[in-house]
Amino acid sequence: MRTFPKGGVHPPGLKIASGSAISLLSLPEIACIHLSQHLGAPAQPVVAKGDAVKVGQLIAEVSGFVSANIHSPVSGIIQKIEPAPDASGYAKPAIFIEVSGDEWLESIDRTPVLAKPNGITGDEIIAKVKEMGIVGLGGATFPSHVKISVPKGKKADILIINGVECEPYLTSDHRLMLEKGEEILTGIQLLMRALGVERAVIGIERNKPDAIRHLAGLAAGYPGITVCALKVKYPQGGEKQLIKAITGREVPSLGLPIEVGAVVHNVGTAFAVYEAVLKNKPLFERVVTVTGKNLAHTANFQVRIGTPVIQLIDAVGGLPGNAAKVINGGPMMGKALPMLGVPVTKGTSGILIMSDQESARKQSMNCIRCSRCSSACPMGLEPYLLMSLGEAKRWEDMESEHTLDCMECGSCSYTCPSHRPLLDYIRIGKSNVNRIIRARK
Amino acid sequence: MSPNNLLTVSHSPHVFGSESVQKIMYRVLLAMVPAFAVSLIFFGVGALIVTGVAVVSCLVFEYLIARFLLKVKPTLWDGSAAVTGVLLAFNVPSNLPVWMIVVGSLVAIGIAKMSFGGLGKNPFNPALAGRIFLLVSFPVQMTSWPKAVESRFAYLDATTGATPLGIMKEGLKNGQPMVDLLKDIPDYGQMFLGNMSGSLGEISALALLLGGLYLLIKKVITWHIPVSILSTVVLFTGLMWLINPDKFADPLFHLLAGGVILGAIFMATDMVTSPMTPVGQIIFGVGIGLITCLIRLFGAYPEGVSFAILIMNAFVPLIDKYVKPKRFGEVVKHG
Repeated sequence: MRTFPKGGVHPPGLKIASGSAISLLSLPEIACIHLSQHLGAPAQPVVAKGDAVKVGQLIAEVSGFVSANIHSPVSGIIQKIEPAPDASGYAKPAIFIEVSGDEWLESIDRTPVLAKPNGITGDEIIAKVKEMGIVGLGGATFPSHVKISVPKGKKADILIINGVECEPYLTSDHRLMLEKGEEILTGIQLLMRALGVERAVIGIERNKPDAIRHLAGLAAGYPGITVCALKVKYPQGGEKQLIKAITGREVPSLGLPIEVGAVVHNVGTAFAVYEAVLKNKPLFERVVTVTGKNLAHTANFQVRIGTPVIQLIDAVGGLPGNAAKVINGGPMMGKALPMLGVPVTKGTSGILIMSDQESARKQSMNCIRCSRCSSACPMGLEPYLLMSLGEAKRWEDMESEHTLDCMECGSCSYTCPSHRPLLDYIRIGKSNVNRIIRARK
Repeated sequence: MSPNNLLTVSHSPHVFGSESVQKIMYRVLLAMVPAFAVSLIFFGVGALIVTGVAVVSCLVFEYLIARFLLKVKPTLWDGSAAVTGVLLAFNVPSNLPVWMIVVGSLVAIGIAKMSFGGLGKNPFNPALAGRIFLLVSFPVQMTSWPKAVESRFAYLDATTGATPLGIMKEGLKNGQPMVDLLKDIPDYGQMFLGNMSGSLGEISALALLLGGLYLLIKKVITWHIPVSILSTVVLFTGLMWLINPDKFADPLFHLLAGGVILGAIFMATDMVTSPMTPVGQIIFGVGIGLITCLIRLFGAYPEGVSFAILIMNAFVPLIDKYVKPKRFGEVVKHG
């Protein structure tokens, strides 16, 4: 069975919400849209207080190469443009829109009819993807038009579509694959055309047999696209791990996938690209899983960007009494939210509510050198060593022990029998090493 | 509900595996049960007294040192002191006087473990440090071996006899022919079951292998260290035996006699004092196998497993410095 060769852990899947079909969440009263929805430079507002906007209207535009347009997810009046706390808890500039009605731009094709790519060219696709503000929906929110513009001198020969969803609990990609299969495959065709590749492989973990069957069946009608079933092992959906599992190619340390001729996009992104290019629909809504062991219900909501997280939680019956952590994303790599008023962004794949009992950290003990962390590290690092170097503030040594290769998957901390905060120290090391590298320039 | 409820904020990951140090140590203790049961059958009351004293004194010393010298919260429940106690007992004869066991425990816990900072910090295997201290301090008591079965109801007054390795070493030194020597030692079937003189936990290859299998299945140990030690011993002694079968015993004898299986499965695999990488562990195991054979075949002592493990323990930091795991993306490959 295909998988990445080294490391990984097996956290329980807990895909409680996988049976819940995607449902529409009601509109917020006030939408709060951060100008930094994506990796790279924040977008620049093109609207002012008091302006009336329609759904899909451009409200902030790219500033710089790595940046993305932002479109209004609602119709209404611009209330204010001022800093508001985002998922990190820090206040960042945001556009507030007071919602009235739900009036969409006429240019957006809202019919469910499946559109076909026909004569559209690669450059037109890239331009459209950029115009519609598409970013990677797997969580990294890297602007997609940058990723499909292959740099000069490089060549892509395979497109890999990430339908792995290896994070426990999350089911938004799973639902999308089941419900929007044709659209995803058409989106993949568009991405293939933009990249100029003949081959695309959709990687899906075997814990989603229905999605594998469904997409493999549909893919028969799409030349060049195949589905690859992957072993259930975290972090199978890590970009470099996925490329290795599917193609056998190993992206060099600190390098990019294009260096081995591969480009990876999430299934959600493929769907967004379909809607953007063929339906003229900017990225202003996405599927968000709301889940947790102690919730009355779980759900996969289609949510407008800018909707406060609390509205999603209330829609599944409110916060349970024993809730201690609300996580933006999955339990392995997600970020714990400091407050529930923060809005959903383009990168929000799930809202996970955990009890104190489930998420509590245990008392850390001495390292017993069991080497489980090294065995679990998919990047072949030695987390125990990085942590002791970090404790001693030996940043240069952390650099030469390749701490920057760490993708923060959390397998080391997950597996440690002494409950040591391995990844926390590696993160401190990474930021210090990056600081040192910047200072050298 | 107010959107500003008090929430816990911490970095990912937010879930953790169920593994713990305590579980690992308790699995090791469980894995030693068959070997202990066999020693109860063959050495009876002596095995019970020695093991009991060793475990209790290791726990007491760890508690006292943590509480009153280091002034930290004692962590007896992690099970590591109990493991050291059982392993120390496994490595001494079943007629060792109580006070010597207490001294051995003090060296194991006090000097070899706690003085380096406690669990996880010790460079040398504590139980073996204790054993070697006893061996060089009380060579007579440490090499008077109760006879299996006969001494079942005896402790200090047990009838003693030489171990198979002792018989072999002494006999070869005196120029006795191999055929006669092989008649003086139990047959290999009996040795496999544990019916021979020796340290109380080392005698039964069968029981030790059962425990080892359990540790392998439970992923407490990996195959690398035991297999590399045992295969090195077989290869080296086999080679010498092929060269001169009158002067050197056969490899099966060397596997079954003495403490090599106990050492390979329970002592050398101690996580704290063994290398972190599989390749490092194989180097470590081959080193132990070689040193064991050199001492057994050419050294003054009939047995050398404990020395071999302690010597290789000293090389662990060096091995870990130079033997690194293969990094992802280190070698660029085009598939």
